[in-house]
This record gives sequence, C-alpha cells and structure tokens, in this order.
Amino acid sequence: MKDVIDMLIGMTGNVGEGGPRSSRPQAKHNAQRSFEVLLEADPEDTFPTAHRYAVALYTAALQGCSSTASDFYAELLAEETEDDTTEKILELARASQTPGPYGTFKEPDLIQDSDPGPTVHYCISGVQGIPPKLAAALEFSHLLSLHPRDASPQALLRLEEAGWNADEIVTLSQLVSFLSFQIRVVEGLSAVHEGGMREAS
Amino acid sequence: MRYKSAQILEYENEITRPARFTQETLGWVPWLAPIPEEELTQGQREALIDDFRIKRPYFRLLVRNAAALEARTLTDKDIFQNEEGGLPLEDRELAATAASRLNGCVYCASVHSRKASHYSGRKAEIQQLLDEGADADLDPRWSAISHAAQLLTRSPLEFGPDQVSELYRVGLDESEIVDLVYSASFFNWANRLMLALGEPEVLSRRRRS
Repeated sequence: MKDVIDMLIGMTGNVGEGGPRSSRPQAKHNAQRSFEVLLEADPEDTFPTAHRYAVALYTAALQGCSSTASDFYAELLAEETEDDTTEKILELARASQTPGPYGTFKEPDLIQDSDPGPTVHYCISGVQGIPPKLAAALEFSHLLSLHPRDASPQALLRLEEAGWNADEIVTLSQLVSFLSFQIRVVEGLSAVHEGGMREAS
Repeated sequence: MRYKSAQILEYENEITRPARFTQETLGWVPWLAPIPEEELTQGQREALIDDFRIKRPYFRLLVRNAAALEARTLTDKDIFQNEEGGLPLEDRELAATAASRLNGCVYCASVHSRKASHYSGRKAEIQQLLDEGADADLDPRWSAISHAAQLLTRSPLEFGPDQVSELYRVGLDESEIVDLVYSASFFNWANRLMLALGEPEVLSRRRRS
C-alpha cells in the first residue's frame, strides 16, 4: 500500500515521497505499519474497520479541522457505509471542537495551570443512527484528543459498560493516539516543505 | 489497588501521587489489567522488543495489541535514538518535554526532562520549562524549539511555514526541523497512551534505586 503520510502531505500540495522523511526510514516504515495494524481490521474483528474509520474521521476532524487527514478518513468511511454515517460523524466533530489541550491537573501544585473544559456524553444524550459502542468510542476520542489530562478509570468504565473489553480499549487508545501523531506529522512536514521553498526563493 | 470492575483498576491512598512536574524517577500504575509476565506468549515477548519492557506494566498492557505496540516502539526508537544526522538528542528530548508539559503528562515529562538534562547538562533550564511551561525564558534556540513543540501540540494545529522560518532563523536546518516535528508529534501519541491508561506515582527510595 502507498505510504499514507506521504499521500496526505501530497494532498496539501507539498512533497512527501522521497522528501525529508528519508533520514528516518524506520519511523516512516513503522508509521505506515501502525496505520495498517490500527485502521485495517481483520474481517472477523470485534472492532470493525468501519468503526475504526469513524473514530479516525472524528479524531482528525476534531484536532485538525483543515487537515487533509479528515478528507481522507471521510472518503474511507463513506466507502464502508451506505447511510449518512460520515455526515453524522463530521457534524458531531464540528459541534464539539474546542481548542486543546485543556483539562484539570490532578497534581495539587498545578491547580493554577488547570484549564477546565467540556466533556462530551454521547451515550447519555443518545446519538441517532450511531450504535452505543461506537458512540462511547467517540466520547473517548474527544477526551484523548482535546483534554487527555482529564482521563480517569471512570472513563474506561464507561467504555467497558458500552461493551469494550481490555484488548479493544488498548487498540482504541492506540488508534486515537497514533492519529494524533499522524495529523501532526502531515501538518508539520507540509510546513517544512513550504517553509523550505520560502527560504530557497 | 482495587478492582473497579473485572478489568479496571483504581488506586486510592495506597499510591503517593506527584505534586508537580519533576525530573525525579516516577512509577506508573495501570488502570487496565496488564498481561502477567508469566502468561506472555512468545509473539508478545518479541513485540516487547527489550527485556526492560517486559518488566513494565505499561508495556505489558499495550502488548494486548502486540503488532501496534511493536510498530509504536520502533517508531519511537528511530525518532529518539537514531544518531545519524538531524537534531542533537538533547533537543529531541527538549521537544518531547515541551509537548508533555503542555498536554499535562507528568510521567512522560519526568522521563524526557531527565534525558534532556542528561544529554545537555542544563538541568536548571529544563526545570524552568517544567515549572513555568510556555512562559519559561530559555535561550533563543531552546525557546524556538520548545515553542514549536508546543504549537505542534495544540489543536487546531498552529504550526505553519512561519514557524519553520523562525526555526531556520535560530540556526536549525531542514533535517533538524524534521526531527523536531517527529519528536513533538510522537509525544502527542505517547502522552495520550500514558494519560489514558494509568497514572504516575512517586517511588519509595528503595524502588527508585
């Protein structure tokens, strides 16, 4: 498969292939492997590919609203689903965008650095057309994407109550965390390319 | 420690939590049950890569998805340990510390501030970054690196060609800026895993040594 980060950088009009990433070949190779392991599930996996794409779209749209990653995951999700799930996920992400990272510190001497903000509760309010297990994953993505320091055993319990087992929670955490890396590498290396062109001119 | 459910753990007064960001060695306790060492399969052991990781609850928890852990670790190693060209290791660790400070990962910040101090010998300045965060007044090169790592950590993302020009201005070259982007981005991966799945604890004097 074509290297996804290079392709997403290409979609910004910048050069990915053969560019500056060649100095860190293992990082490049294993970022691609991470994509394949975390986004492309086996057909019988209990965390299906369509749900992984839905979490990816929500995460990318939430953290990097103008990122090419969000267009990419919207396309992948639309190919996997026949209804208007893609549009619904995008709407949820747009409605929940808050500049991050925020959150409350648990460390007593850091109270003055705390910056409390919203937590979303999709399960309680009910989200039409989105299965409860996926809705719980979107809640968790919101927490990790925008206010990871608010994480708690209680947040994991909400996942468990929605049907997530320990193995799946690890995969979901890796998925949202890896995407947080991927969209920053895309944005950062696109900026390096653009900034470099500017230096050269 | 008590079981909040069959798989979820919580800790009340039996652990001592850190009060602030620190360069001291901290421990980390999981909220989700790791795989016991004696139950690891050969495949899981291989995905853990290094012996020291087999001892850590964090890695034995992540090994529940062995292929994802292995890819994560190999990405980490290339970004922070590959000494062929690019950014000096101390500056990569500085970027990791700045990202961890902003996200609020006290555990990651402790590990990587210690490494930044070790490589650079500039423990007091690193402590200033931990104490003051974005307001820390470091030298122009370190300020630019720390600032860029913080912009890469914010969402919506705020790192663009102007920030790249600023990095050229303080003397970084393209391969160094690429390493900076990778280092800060990687900690936006690592911080989230550490924060999502457990919490830091202060180690007793005996366990620290």
